[in-house]
Amino acid sequence: MAARRISSLLSCSLSYSSLLPKGRFCGVGRVVSGYSTSAGIENPINPSIKVHCTQLLINGNFVDSASGKTFPTYDPRTGDVIAHVAEGDAEDIDRAVCAARKAFDEGPWPKMTAYERSKVLFRFSDLLDKHIEELATLETWDNGKPYEQSAKIELPMISRIIRYYAGWADKIHGLTIPADGPHLVQTIHEPIGVAGQIIPWNFPLLMFAWKVGPALACGCTIVLKSAEQTPLSALYAAKLLHEAGLPPGVLNVVSGFGPTAGAALASHMDVDKLAFTGSSETGKIVLELASKSNLKPVILELGGKSPFIVCKDADVDKAVELAHFALFFNQGQCCSAGSRTYVHEDVHDEFIEKAKARALKRSVGDPFKAGVEQGPQIDSEQFEKILRYIRSGIESGATLITGGDRLGSKGFYIQPTVFTNVKEDMLIAQDEIFGPVQSILKFRDMDEVIRRANSTRYGLAAGVFTNDLDTANTLSRALKVGTVWINCYDVFDAAIPFGGYKMSGQGREKGVHCLSNYLQVKAIVAPLKNPAWI
Amino acid sequence: MAARRISSLLTRSLSVSSSSVSTSLFSSLGKNSGRNGIGKRFSTAAALEDLIVPPVQIAYTQNLIDGKFVDAASGKTFPTYDPRTGDVIANVAEGDAEDIDRAVAAARKAFDEGPWPKMTPYERSRIMLRFADLVEKHSEELAALETWNNGKPHEQSAKSELPMFIRLFHYYAGWADKIHGLTVPADGPHHVQTLHEPIGVAGQIIPWNFPLIMFAWKVGPALACGNTIVLKTAEQTPLTALYVAKLFHEAGLPPGVLNVVSGYGPTAGAALASHMDVDKVAFTGSTDTGKIVLELAAKSNLKPVTLELGGKSPFIICEDADVDKAVELAHFALFFNQGQCCCAGSRTFVHERVYDEFIEKAKARALRRVVGDPFRKGVEQGPQIDTEQFEKVLRYIRAGIESNATLECGGDRLGTKGYFVQPTVFSNVMDDMLIAKDEIFGPVQSILKFKDIDEVIRRANNTRYGLAAGVFTKSVETANTLTRALRAGTVWVNCFDVFDAAIPFGGYKMSGIGREKGIYSLHNYLQVKAVVTPLKNPAWL
Repeated sequence: MAARRISSLLSCSLSYSSLLPKGRFCGVGRVVSGYSTSAGIENPINPSIKVHCTQLLINGNFVDSASGKTFPTYDPRTGDVIAHVAEGDAEDIDRAVCAARKAFDEGPWPKMTAYERSKVLFRFSDLLDKHIEELATLETWDNGKPYEQSAKIELPMISRIIRYYAGWADKIHGLTIPADGPHLVQTIHEPIGVAGQIIPWNFPLLMFAWKVGPALACGCTIVLKSAEQTPLSALYAAKLLHEAGLPPGVLNVVSGFGPTAGAALASHMDVDKLAFTGSSETGKIVLELASKSNLKPVILELGGKSPFIVCKDADVDKAVELAHFALFFNQGQCCSAGSRTYVHEDVHDEFIEKAKARALKRSVGDPFKAGVEQGPQIDSEQFEKILRYIRSGIESGATLITGGDRLGSKGFYIQPTVFTNVKEDMLIAQDEIFGPVQSILKFRDMDEVIRRANSTRYGLAAGVFTNDLDTANTLSRALKVGTVWINCYDVFDAAIPFGGYKMSGQGREKGVHCLSNYLQVKAIVAPLKNPAWI
Repeated sequence: MAARRISSLLTRSLSVSSSSVSTSLFSSLGKNSGRNGIGKRFSTAAALEDLIVPPVQIAYTQNLIDGKFVDAASGKTFPTYDPRTGDVIANVAEGDAEDIDRAVAAARKAFDEGPWPKMTPYERSRIMLRFADLVEKHSEELAALETWNNGKPHEQSAKSELPMFIRLFHYYAGWADKIHGLTVPADGPHHVQTLHEPIGVAGQIIPWNFPLIMFAWKVGPALACGNTIVLKTAEQTPLTALYVAKLFHEAGLPPGVLNVVSGYGPTAGAALASHMDVDKVAFTGSTDTGKIVLELAAKSNLKPVTLELGGKSPFIICEDADVDKAVELAHFALFFNQGQCCCAGSRTFVHERVYDEFIEKAKARALRRVVGDPFRKGVEQGPQIDTEQFEKVLRYIRAGIESNATLECGGDRLGTKGYFVQPTVFSNVMDDMLIAKDEIFGPVQSILKFKDIDEVIRRANNTRYGLAAGVFTKSVETANTLTRALRAGTVWVNCFDVFDAAIPFGGYKMSGIGREKGIYSLHNYLQVKAVVTPLKNPAWL
């Protein structure tokens, strides 16, 4: 019941965020100035924890990198260094793969019963719940996302996902198969082996759970490379997983950079599977490295430019709130961000006025402060990129109705920005901005919006806002995307598959569909003598 | 019932062929070869000089695009050969990037505007069933064409492969209206469902060793799922795919749904793999080419790729095996289809206790093998596909001799024209020899000795491939241990090459990515879309 309550809270919080206290907070917080509580930006709150785990975790031990090198990880509120972290490179990946290989080939992990594996995962999720404060603090410190979001949404979601996969471990069934002759045919679904997993910085722990959960449930061993921007929480969580009873070598965590550690993992000859979440450009490189090395199967979760379609029958107030949430959630740093807001011409003018008002109400500030909805962007590179896109929007003739600049003088804060009169050929309507920049486009009829919504190389997700059943059914079939949220957005239950059409990726994570990523299918055939039936 | 009878014939012919109950094609060949093979090293080589004229005309040599046979954009053609002689059979339109563009445009239109994915699954299944009926009606011409262009025994084409082709289309026709999405348990007040949608335009590249069967493996599931197709055939064997594609249109397939382009890999194949408007690529062929195909997909539009690639499959004969049956099955596992099978049992591991007896009998069986004009009745082995493969196989035989494996029999070409190779057996093969590591793709059996189970598991898995394995034992424990431990996509226990429609097929490691046949093959041609809506006051969650 507790789980059910937490989960339903999650689902609500991710769809009708306006109903939650957070929404009220920001209403209260908003006074005269353009963007409410920017005050907190100049005097950041001191996080109440120490950083313990900064080394690589290989074969159950925290170790320095082979080169002895480290790299700094930063606080996005200030750009100050939080900690120096061991910098993994090819040699560290080799060692980690070697440990994972041994733990797979010799065991004990794949030779333990599925029930034993599930118990380790259940114990891990209990430990996650126990350490929720440290983990949420670490996550916000290293990433800049609101602490309330880390603590009340993401951490419960992470332990929920681990429990989901713990439950799958002893429910992986093969098939017995109808034969065309006197044969016994069966399939067994085997763990694929050593999985290489490369995760991004926007949801460090959540992506850890999406990747590690199914791989471990299926009996695989892992070498995980975290993003260089956010190495801290994965190391902490991996330590907890060992405390929960994970044998050494089953999960190895290497911090480091893509072109060095990431490339070494993707092209490693002893890695049997690769899972990558990140940009489409990097995804292509990862797939190329896999194809040039040992043809390991690759699952990719890449970029998006997801349409959010507000139909003429929509409740405009709800649509505004949801479209705002769809884009601005997590500082706009979501691959599934609803970054093309299509609004029907009948409600367009009302919509943009309210969307502007909502953006102005958005509470931006120190993510450790209660009631803050938006923290800083992750780093100076992303920060500069977003500002470039904002300038490009202005230059291409879109109408800037609010925002458009940085906020404060330090860290990587950006004003919630809204463009109207956006056209498909503008860069801000084509590229993934990955920041708090909402682009609003006007449309007239259904066929037109289907064509325009699909006219992109991406196909990750879509939002549809309508109360009309025909419209909902038509759009949900016609949109070439992996997830369609109707009158909601960013509902990320553990059982809902997530992944992209077109250049948004290959394969699905979460849900039953996710398991096949970490399983090999083996067919076994043997003759039958005098079978009672075939 | 008819289907069941045909199918069980197939299954038997491909597995327990040496058993006395079997009246199958294969064992009768075995008996024939026993009679013919007396006295001479390789029986009916005589027939090589006096070839049977194939009883079929070649009607279709152009590319099939948007429902019409058309010349290549360049006007160019290329010759396709009779492997028995190396003579030209016909000149075929040579597709290149521009033809692929046209074919993709037709497939794109047929997908985006319909009618194919907008028809009901039942209508799609009816067309596929009508197609299967037409193929059955034209089985004789098709089997003759397949043998003429590929060199495989006509009896194999007619009695095994054509019925198998028809059976596969019946199988996939039945799937068309049984593709279900899921409703999904939610963590809150939401209604969650998944739709399994056709992925779009599928590019499919098929090999020359089983031209029609590979057509069925690829085209069947793609069409059942509602996709449209651009198929590139192998340049060695372009003829039968054009013929059956024509029959498909007669069965009611709308124009543009299946486009067939003949041509070469580096031109037409590469254009298809790197096309920005193709949503999926499926490739069967060598591992080296598979890597290139995947790279092209990665560099272009990240289309998902299914790969069925090479193999070096172990065939393991345990000490408790019935040696006579094991010899027969190991022989079949390697020599079937002139050794030109990706899943060929090309490393025959024999337990030391039965090794000497096995070698003697395997050699005797190879010597009895009837090699000759594949159109002749009773012939078990025809020519290799072309001069390139023929030379490659002979090079590997020389490598085997030079690396000190013992040549028990064979070792050279047969006759003076065409691409016939003597059934060849090596014993005393070691794991580090080239003939034990590379895919030879010819009638060359490599026999290796082993002592215990752990050792043979380690050695069998010590390869970059992982396509299939054979296990010959009477012990349930041995069978269970080996089936789990072998890193291969198919394990045949006391049988080999059983290829029922419902059995998934595909590789571990560098033998490929994904599975074909069976329920698993459908995933290759479907996208999963999650649809989520809030629930108001739900009666239950």
